Amino acid sequence: MTQSNQSALTPEHALVLLREMLRIRRFEEKTVELYSAGKIRGFLHLYIGEEAVAVGAMQALRADDSIVATYREHGQALARGIPAGALMAELYGKANGCSRGRGGSMHFFDVSRRFYGGYAIVGGGLPIALGLALADKMQGRVAVTACFFGDGALAEGEFHESLNLAALWKLPVLFLCENNLYAMGTALARHQSQTDIPRKADAYAIPAAAVDGMDVVAVEAATRKAADYVRGGAGPFLLEARTYRYRAHSMYDPELYRSKEEVEEWKKRDPIAMFTGTLRRQGLTTDADLAALEKSVAAEVDQAVAVAESGSWEPVEDLLRDVYTPTEPAP
Amino acid sequence: MKMTYREAVRTALRAAICDDRRVFLMGEDVGRYGGAYACSKGLLEEFGPERVRDTPLSESTFLGAGIGAAMGGMRPIVEIMTVNFSLLALDQVVNNAATLRHMSGGQFSIPLVVRMATGGGRQLAAQHSHSFEGWYAHIPGIKVLTPATVADARWMLPAALREPDPVFIFEHALLYPMEGELDENAGPADIRQAVVRRQGHDVSVITFGGSLWKALEAADQLARDGVEAEVIDARVLRPLDVDGLLASVRKTHRAVVVDEAWRTGSFAAEISAQIMEGAFYELDAPVARVCSAEVPMPYAKHLEDAALPQVATIVATVRAMLQRHN
Repeated sequence: MTQSNQSALTPEHALVLLREMLRIRRFEEKTVELYSAGKIRGFLHLYIGEEAVAVGAMQALRADDSIVATYREHGQALARGIPAGALMAELYGKANGCSRGRGGSMHFFDVSRRFYGGYAIVGGGLPIALGLALADKMQGRVAVTACFFGDGALAEGEFHESLNLAALWKLPVLFLCENNLYAMGTALARHQSQTDIPRKADAYAIPAAAVDGMDVVAVEAATRKAADYVRGGAGPFLLEARTYRYRAHSMYDPELYRSKEEVEEWKKRDPIAMFTGTLRRQGLTTDADLAALEKSVAAEVDQAVAVAESGSWEPVEDLLRDVYTPTEPAP
Repeated sequence: MKMTYREAVRTALRAAICDDRRVFLMGEDVGRYGGAYACSKGLLEEFGPERVRDTPLSESTFLGAGIGAAMGGMRPIVEIMTVNFSLLALDQVVNNAATLRHMSGGQFSIPLVVRMATGGGRQLAAQHSHSFEGWYAHIPGIKVLTPATVADARWMLPAALREPDPVFIFEHALLYPMEGELDENAGPADIRQAVVRRQGHDVSVITFGGSLWKALEAADQLARDGVEAEVIDARVLRPLDVDGLLASVRKTHRAVVVDEAWRTGSFAAEISAQIMEGAFYELDAPVARVCSAEVPMPYAKHLEDAALPQVATIVATVRAMLQRHN
């Protein structure tokens, strides 16, 4: 498993990584409050604990790369640069949300940032990623389509079909498996006969690697290496990020399938706390820096809530809009 | 000029790939094999493997890749070998193709065309004889076409490729060898309207796809007894030209709907409901349906014949309707 070499980190970049992870965590903590207050409804799958994966990966991707994510995609959306206000408004179901209140938590979209959505049928985003990559390839654009999916998707037929087809057609897809060890409540070892995920790629002649998904610097480096390979035109790459979700699968989950001790063990390797510790030891950050960072992130989250609160509801008369593309009326 | 339905599909595919660099065809055995129904024969040789792509047997993934490619600026034509196999891709149809535009708040369109063979009647038993076009027509966000004539086989495809949203084209497998007249310069079909294939005033026989020809033959037989049936080809199941169907019913005051799908929950049931809602007081008789029997399609010829709508059942249904209410 790839470990990070943090000595090459510049102070500026270190701060970017820390800020991005903190943005996700504080944003999501606020969504929990708002969920309890009844402002947000439906499913809410939190990313807390996994922040290093989205942040590290997005840092290694470019503006003309495409992103396909899952229903647990708040982190990817924030790290990709979709304004927090547009995301919060979407969680409220408001018309100024990033999907006009049609998607909610599981379906963030922002085509201007090539963020092609959260997919809530496990594995369903993989074929979409192949198609985006095929379109790039056929139109001569050199770009990567990064496709995030969880370990649960490994059991879906579309995972195997998609790896096979992407390899066969040498499509520029970076398959990014966020292995948080549970498919909802079913542990990896209980749903996979082969738990060594990179080995699955062997069956499709795809190169693969695993990275410590709690180490943001390692994720960035591993993603850059994988994306460079994909960008080079040799075909897809499978990167497994080993991570952990601290919170319930969704908002209602008694967590009967894992022990509190296990969760606490993983929290000792918290990506934000670990990275902050590293920066302190290296003298790259001070308490004053951290306090200022917290303050500015808190202000951004407050601003996001204000955007959501002040947004308007889509008029019910527009219920049917965007089911079909508007076209000229019949002559 | 005369040509077969199969040749019309091939001509349409060839022209589509010629006319637009964004168009490509992908599916199982569309390339080297030439298509399970020979609809793409010669296209790989002419256009090469970039534009005519043989896929592995991964319906869900290559249909999903078609959706993604359409999002990325291409105009894919995905061929699913038969409607039976399309069930393996149904998640991509329902949850992605039909949904993503709306769910993203209208940020993009999905100009995808999916073609597949449909229907029974060839002794292929219960796993290769489905008629699910009515299921597809249930789904908002996609359009559903059922070309029944050589002209529609040729000219519905370019019309579908002009649509910004996903279009599903169902080609009844028994029609491929059928010969018909084709106007080579007709241009893209109007895919908004049902078409009256035979004028009449006693009863409206409303159908689509492969059943059209059975309905027309039934109308010929009825004409010998002085019954003039109007035969309507619905052609477009979604969005359905309800006004076109109702106009005929208002004229004839009777309607028989012929649909090769199972009766329960069939598209015939939808058409029947539309007539009830839109023209109830015009009716001289309850709407009747001629559908397939509620049985997995049997292999033996006599049983399959008994399960499917037939000319004789259409004729008998019309006669019973007229006798009862005259």
